[in-house]
Amino acid sequence: MFENTIFFSSFWDWFIIALTLGGIVGVIWLIIWVNKRPAKGEKVQPMGHTWDGDLQELNNPLPMWWLNMFYITIMFGLVYLVLYPGLGSYKGLLGWTQVGQYEQEIDAANTAYGPMYDKYKALPLAALVKDKDAVQIGQRLFMTYCTVCHGSDAGGNTGFPNLRDHDWLYGGEPEMIETSIKAGRQGMMPAWEAAIGKEGVKNVTQYVLSLSGRAEANPAAAEKGKTVFATTCAACHGPDGKGMAALGAPNLTDKIWLYGGSVESIEKTVAEGRQGKMPAHGDFLGDAKVHLLAAYVYSLSAKTEDTAKK
Amino acid sequence: MASNNAHEKVEKNIGLMIILVILLVSIGGLVQIVPLFFMQSTTKPVDGLKPYPALELAGRDIYVREGCYLCHSQMIRPFRAETERYGHYSVAGEFVYDRPFQWGSKRTGPDLHRVGGRYSDAWHKTHLINPRDVVPESVMPGYPWLASDDLDASTIVAKMRTLKDTFGHPYTEDEIKNAPEALKGKKEIDAVIAYLQGLGTAIKPRK
Repeated sequence: MFENTIFFSSFWDWFIIALTLGGIVGVIWLIIWVNKRPAKGEKVQPMGHTWDGDLQELNNPLPMWWLNMFYITIMFGLVYLVLYPGLGSYKGLLGWTQVGQYEQEIDAANTAYGPMYDKYKALPLAALVKDKDAVQIGQRLFMTYCTVCHGSDAGGNTGFPNLRDHDWLYGGEPEMIETSIKAGRQGMMPAWEAAIGKEGVKNVTQYVLSLSGRAEANPAAAEKGKTVFATTCAACHGPDGKGMAALGAPNLTDKIWLYGGSVESIEKTVAEGRQGKMPAHGDFLGDAKVHLLAAYVYSLSAKTEDTAKK
Repeated sequence: MASNNAHEKVEKNIGLMIILVILLVSIGGLVQIVPLFFMQSTTKPVDGLKPYPALELAGRDIYVREGCYLCHSQMIRPFRAETERYGHYSVAGEFVYDRPFQWGSKRTGPDLHRVGGRYSDAWHKTHLINPRDVVPESVMPGYPWLASDDLDASTIVAKMRTLKDTFGHPYTEDEIKNAPEALKGKKEIDAVIAYLQGLGTAIKPRK
């Protein structure tokens, strides 16, 4: 009966069947046994318990409505065991499975939302960003998948970029944003302390401060740092410190600091390096959702640009 | 009524009643629990599942110690609402090296079964020390001592040996021998992060 047993041996199928059906038979027997109805004319007898002088327990038969409910539950159980999986590896007449029900739910969702996702997936990002519905869907997706790092307002956090500004580590074109979401990014600021020494770290930090016109920069140290910058930092951050999107090297001349703009934080970055990581979401979310997310994220700063023009 | 009534016999003999009640209630367990130990899908690891490496195993014990399971489940149910957010639903074969499993029963925080790889190590570190540093709305308590306390490497070999010898987890002798080395110089937080980053990664996303 059970060639495809889900157990190591079909002993367990029979074990379950015997105990389950045996249990039901036992319940039926119990009910019949306790349900001794008095013959016609026979009076109910006391059970031998008497309290407070005349309060007695009588052997009245079980009420019929209660008994019938009991029989109904037994019938329900038997019908269930025939229709649904319950008896060992027996699959049930309806063929119901938990995974099958899940697949049905997914299929229904794909039928309902699939065409919508396909439509949006086919639109280029520049057009998608003008579609209010698409941006709203993107926002909902953002709320589910992205806020834990980038914040519910997309304003970012120390180590996790603000997505509302115009500063983009890997380029602000919508396609670059989409690539970041899909394939992830791995920051690779190396640790420089071993190469340029403690003094070098301090000097180059002062020079970096001067790049964004920070008043506290020490001109003498910055001057020394400038030489260090040209030989060690310029390869990625550019000779003018304006960064390089292809490498994800940030612009150092603006006032935006991913890890905080304090002298200590910048020194730590130079000395120990930073390996910020955006995990890849392509496999998890699928192309359509990534596309919509990219549109939403792009819309955040695109909107600010419009406002700035006005 | 005479005492030849069986009902009365049971009622007046508490020892007999205890035995009969135990027999009766154990049927449910015998039918629903015992066969699970002899089932393919609950005892065979899913493809690619490995027993926890030393560092993850140590992190798992800290996860248990700190009671993470009280607020975080590790059980993604096969409903679209769950798989959209967390990823592929959990299957029994993913938990064969969990003793005991950390399914939990309450979600004050999100499910963690497929948290592995979802966030960066740096995020986890910041978040474990003070969750509000990255998620201002969070109600999760901070666990700053994980970042300062050294990881205890003294019991890892005994733990892995027990799992191998008693429960048959397929650790190699090399893995057990090198375990203290893998834990050396680590803080507790490193172990917890390693554990979290490995969670649920045996089954790949379905899209």
